[in-house]
Amino acid sequence: MREEIIISGRLNPNIDPHLTIWHWHIPLYLFLGGLAAGILFFASLYVVLGKENQFRGAVRRAPVIVPLLLIIGLLALFLDLRHKPYFWQLYTTIKIQSPMSWGAWVLMAVTPLSFVWVAIHIREYLPKWEWKWMIFRELEKFFVKYKLYLAWALLFLSTILGIYTGILFSAFNARPLWNTSILGPLFLTSGLSAGAAVIILFSKRKGERVNFAKIDIMLIGIELFLIVHMFMGFLASTEVQIEAANLFLGGPYTAPFWIFVVIIGMILPAVLEFLEIRKFHIPHVIPVVLVLFGSLMLRFIFAYAGQLSRWLY
Amino acid sequence: MRYAMAIDTRKCVGCSDCVVACQTENNVPIGYCRDWVVEVTDGTYPQLEIEIRSERCNHCENSPCVRCCPTGASHYEAGGLVLVTPHKCIGCGACVVSCPYDARYSHPDGYVDKCTFCMHRIQKGQQPACVEVCPTKCMYFGDLDDPNSDVSRVLKKRKFKTLIPEAGTKPHVYYLI
Repeated sequence: MREEIIISGRLNPNIDPHLTIWHWHIPLYLFLGGLAAGILFFASLYVVLGKENQFRGAVRRAPVIVPLLLIIGLLALFLDLRHKPYFWQLYTTIKIQSPMSWGAWVLMAVTPLSFVWVAIHIREYLPKWEWKWMIFRELEKFFVKYKLYLAWALLFLSTILGIYTGILFSAFNARPLWNTSILGPLFLTSGLSAGAAVIILFSKRKGERVNFAKIDIMLIGIELFLIVHMFMGFLASTEVQIEAANLFLGGPYTAPFWIFVVIIGMILPAVLEFLEIRKFHIPHVIPVVLVLFGSLMLRFIFAYAGQLSRWLY
Repeated sequence: MRYAMAIDTRKCVGCSDCVVACQTENNVPIGYCRDWVVEVTDGTYPQLEIEIRSERCNHCENSPCVRCCPTGASHYEAGGLVLVTPHKCIGCGACVVSCPYDARYSHPDGYVDKCTFCMHRIQKGQQPACVEVCPTKCMYFGDLDDPNSDVSRVLKKRKFKTLIPEAGTKPHVYYLI
């Protein structure tokens, strides 16, 4: 038997009895960032593929919420900082080894570009819109002319943003649950799935909705595949990673993870989307809400469970 | 120059003098500590073994906290010390999460704080406060590159271990066993 206790009475806030330094801000931001990345990915993808007119919901309608998502996400990140007056120090350096550093720079690029994307498609919602000032008209002309390049840039940046939401966690080897390279692709896929779901909500054309329902089912399949692989990797690894996996395999996060993320957030919406494709009358808002709920819960559960997992010594 | 500390687990009695000395010397806010004492009990009664360790930031050679810091606030100082520059720290908590030893905490003023090996003292040629006050003289501090330093000499003579070497951090706090 081995018992290890701190006898000098260390009770550092947010460290003891176990780490709780990151609260709701980080998982909320990761969800919003992943969702924004998912929507922008499909918007830019269909422009690059030259199918803009067939997928107006993806290209023109859904991205209208992206700037709002990013602003709320950035606000959550800002609220999480404990030394707020110094936040600008993030933009005084680029540290390649720090995911938080290059994530901050990617956000710096994606956020204004998302505004540009919404601005050049504003007539989808306001057909009679005219820019008041000449400079905006000129800028609009410029960006419409080079829209394909803008789409390529957003395709690249949104993929990085989506992966980054997972790499932010996986770069910490001190937290065995997060320290898996599966987390990057898993969070990217989850963000794309959430993005596809939101596009279903915004789309006016049934054909487009069916297309995105099929994409979503495929993405959910990939997510389940990655989750299975993640657990296989953990269970075949060191003691600390087996302990980490056990948080979800009998430990305190078993029920929340399998019920909220896997069953309600993945399997159920995939079944409903499949039935919808098979012409069953199911309000398409139901699977969309379930996918978004699952995506949000995935981040919350990983953020909190990861802080519980640690090295044994 | 590579500063390091060696702590004799066979001499340490767990009196916590090092903890109090650090709090006083470094004006550590009430309710927080930069160093702490761990007691490990192994075995089944009556065959029990106890190890007592005074722990702190390991000033790792391959520090995950320096790697993940987005602003460069966590950095290496001369002698391999791992320090935090408060006016560069945004309080994002990444370094706190990245430390496998849980050696960092968020100071009530917002920035992240931790053991500095009492840099202000060693620059004057003094020992860190915890080493200075230890009543059993179980701590040794010095430069690993100097073969005549206290720490180099004791590490030559005695068996030692580091904490969680498998994390790949290359700690600079050694425990004599």
